[in-house]
Amino acid sequence: MTTQVNGLDSLALRADDMATQNNSENLTADKHQDVEVLETIGENILENPKFSTRNVNVFYGEKQAIFDASLDIGQNEVIALIGPSGCGKSTYLRALNRMNDTIDSCRVSGQLKLDGEDIYDKKMDPVLLRARVGMVFQKPNPFPKSIYDNVAYGPRIHGLAKNSTDLDEIVITSLERAGLFNEVKDRLTAPGTGLSGGQQQRLCIARTIAVSPEVILMDEPASALDPIATAIIEELIDELRENYTIAIVTHSMQQAARVSQRTAYFHLGKLVEVGETNLIFTNPRHQLTENYITGKFG
Amino acid sequence: MNASALIFIIIGLSLISYFSGRHRASVSAKSQTLIALPKHYGYMTAIWSGLPALLLIILWAMFKPAYLHEQIIQSLPASVILQAQDQLDLYVNSINLAIENGEPVEDPIMQKAMESYQVADSNSKWILTTLVFVIGLSGIIFSLTGALTKVQARVKVEKVIRIFLMLCSAVAIVTTIGIVLSVLFEALRFFEAVSFFDFVFGTTWSPQTAIRVDQVGSSGSFGAIPLFVGTILISLIALIIAVPIGLLSAIYLSEYASAKFRAIAKPALEVLAGIPTVVYGFFAALTVAPFIRDVGQSIGLTVASESALAAGIVMGVMIIPFVSSLSDDVINAVPQAMRDGSLGLGATQSETIKQVIIPAALPGIVGGVLLAASRAIGETMIVVMAAGLSAKLTANPLEAVTTVTVQIVTLLTGDQEFDSPKTLAAFALGLMLFVTTLVLNVFALHIVRKYREQYE
Repeated sequence: MTTQVNGLDSLALRADDMATQNNSENLTADKHQDVEVLETIGENILENPKFSTRNVNVFYGEKQAIFDASLDIGQNEVIALIGPSGCGKSTYLRALNRMNDTIDSCRVSGQLKLDGEDIYDKKMDPVLLRARVGMVFQKPNPFPKSIYDNVAYGPRIHGLAKNSTDLDEIVITSLERAGLFNEVKDRLTAPGTGLSGGQQQRLCIARTIAVSPEVILMDEPASALDPIATAIIEELIDELRENYTIAIVTHSMQQAARVSQRTAYFHLGKLVEVGETNLIFTNPRHQLTENYITGKFG
Repeated sequence: MNASALIFIIIGLSLISYFSGRHRASVSAKSQTLIALPKHYGYMTAIWSGLPALLLIILWAMFKPAYLHEQIIQSLPASVILQAQDQLDLYVNSINLAIENGEPVEDPIMQKAMESYQVADSNSKWILTTLVFVIGLSGIIFSLTGALTKVQARVKVEKVIRIFLMLCSAVAIVTTIGIVLSVLFEALRFFEAVSFFDFVFGTTWSPQTAIRVDQVGSSGSFGAIPLFVGTILISLIALIIAVPIGLLSAIYLSEYASAKFRAIAKPALEVLAGIPTVVYGFFAALTVAPFIRDVGQSIGLTVASESALAAGIVMGVMIIPFVSSLSDDVINAVPQAMRDGSLGLGATQSETIKQVIIPAALPGIVGGVLLAASRAIGETMIVVMAAGLSAKLTANPLEAVTTVTVQIVTLLTGDQEFDSPKTLAAFALGLMLFVTTLVLNVFALHIVRKYREQYE
C-alpha cells in the first residue's frame, strides 16, 4: 500500500484492500502465526493441583530439551502430553518422578511440586518419590521373573504386605485391576517375559499399581502394541482414573482424545498450548497446535 | 615343471580368467540384463580356472610318494621282492637315497628301479602340467563364449565361498578331535599296564617303574586321587578369592563408578590377565608363601613353606579379571529398561542390582566363573613354584600339595621313553583333566543357553 493512488476508483480499491488486510490481521491475532513460542496458551495453571511445575528447564549436557514449561496436573485427571518426536514430552514426564537422575548429563531446574512438596529438594528421597509416582514405559519391560514375582516385586521391597496371604491379595487385585488376571490366573509362576506384548504391558501396569502410587506416568504405553491390546490399555486407563492421577505421553491423537480430559501440546521443548481435550482438538488456539492436529507435520 | 612353478601358473591363469570373465560380462551388460554383477562372472571363471587345478596339485603331492614307491617295487625282480619286509624296505630306501643324491650306482637292479622311478616321475609331472593348463584355459575359453552370462554366477561363487568357510571351521573341530584321539590312544596304552580303577580311585601317587624285574622298592602306584584333590583344593581357594572380588568389582564398575573412573580401572584390572603366569609364580613362591608361613607361625600354626594356600591365593588374583571383565560385560548388557522398570517402582539402586540385574546377568556371570575355574584347573606354573611336588592326600590348605598339571610336567621333563607306565601316566592324567574341563565347559554352555534370552 505504498503506491500513491488517486481518484474514486482507486479509493474504492484501497478500501477493499484494507478490508482484506484487516481480515488477515484478525486471523494472525487469532492463531499466533509466529513460530516463536513466547508463552503457553490456555489453562496450564489449575487450582489445587496434584502436580505443579513452574518454569521447568531440562538440559542434556549443553543441549536444552525443555524451555520454561509451567504446567499443573489435577487430582484424578488424565492429562495427555502430545507433540512431534523429540519435542521433549517424554523428558518432561521423566522429570516428574526424577527418572532423569539416572542419566548423568541430565540437569533439571525450575520448581516441581507434588502435593506442595518440592520433588527436587535435597530432603526428597527419589526412591520414595518413585514409589508415589509410578511409571509405565514405552516398551513393555517385565523382569525376568515369574508373573507373580513381577507384581510382587514392588510390594516386597516396600514391605507393603505383612504376610504371604496379604501379598497374594495385592498381586491378585493388581492383576485384576490391570485386566490381566483372568488370562494368567493358571500360570502365575510362568515367566513374565513369555506373555504377549499387550499382556506384558498390562503386567507392567499391574506391577506399577501394586505399590499403590498416587500418580502414574505413562510413556507411550501402547505404541508397541496392536489395536486390540491398545484398546484394552485405553479402557484400563479410563478405569484407573478413579483412583489415580495419570499423565500419558502419546503419539496418537486419537488416543489422547479417547483417554484424556486435558491435553498439553509440546513443540521443540516448549509447552505451546494446554486445554480441555475436546476443545484442543476441535478449536486449537495456536497455529502450531492446529498444524500438528491437522497433520501438517509431526 | 615343479609344484611351485605350477602354482604361479595357476595364479596367472586365474587372473587372466578373472579379467576376461569380468570384461566379457560387462560388455554383454550393455546389450542385455545380467543376473549377476560383472565381477561375479570374473570370480566364477577365476575359480573355474584355479580351484580344480589347485586341488589336483594337492592330491598329486599327497599321492606321489606312494605312487612312485609302487613304481620302484614293480620294477624290482621277484628275487628282491620275496625277501623279508624290513630287508625290502631297506633296499627301497637306499634306492630313494641314491635318487635324491643323484649318485651313480653299480647295481643293475637298482639302476633299473631308478630309471622307472624317473620315467614315472617325469610322466606324472607332464600329465599334471598339461591338466593344469587344460583346466586353466578351459575357464578362460568359457569366459569368452556366450554361455557365460547365462550362468548364475553369483550363486555359484557364494556356494564356493560357503564351502570354504565351512572347511575353515572344520579345521578347529578336526584339530580338537585329533588332540583327543592322540591323548586317548596313549592313555589306553597306559591302562594296559595299570588298571583303570587303580588309577581313578587309587589314593597313592608314586610314579615309579622298575627298570629290572627284581628291583627293590620299584612297585609304583598310580592313584590319581591325591592329584585331583590337590587340583580341586587349589582351584577352590582361587575361586573363593576371585569370585567375590571379581563380581563385586564388576558391580561397582558397571553400576556405580563414574565413566572416567571406569575408563581407567577396567583396563588396569585387565592388566592382571596379561601378566605371565611364571611371574605370578615368583610372586607366590617368594612373597606370598613366606608371608603366609610367617603369619601362620606367629599364631602357632605349622605352615609348609610351600602351601596350597599361597598358590591358591595368587591364582585367585590371576583369575580375577576373568570374572570381573566378563561379569562387567554381561551386567552392562542387561537392558536399561530393566533398571528403569525397577527404579520406577521405587526400588533403590542396590535393590535393583540384587533383585533384577544380577538375576538377569546370572548366566553370563556363571559362564565367566566357570571359565575362570577351567583356567585355574589348567594352571601349572604358579603351582609348580608355590605349592610343591609332594602328592599328599590332604584337605589342609597349609600343607604342600600337587596338582594334575604339575605332575604331567614332572613326568615328561627330561629324557624319557614313551613306553613305560611312568611317562604314559601323563597322558592318562591329561585325558582326565581334559574330560574334567570339558564337562565344566559343557555345563557352562548349558547354563548360559538355558537362561540366555530370558530378558529379551
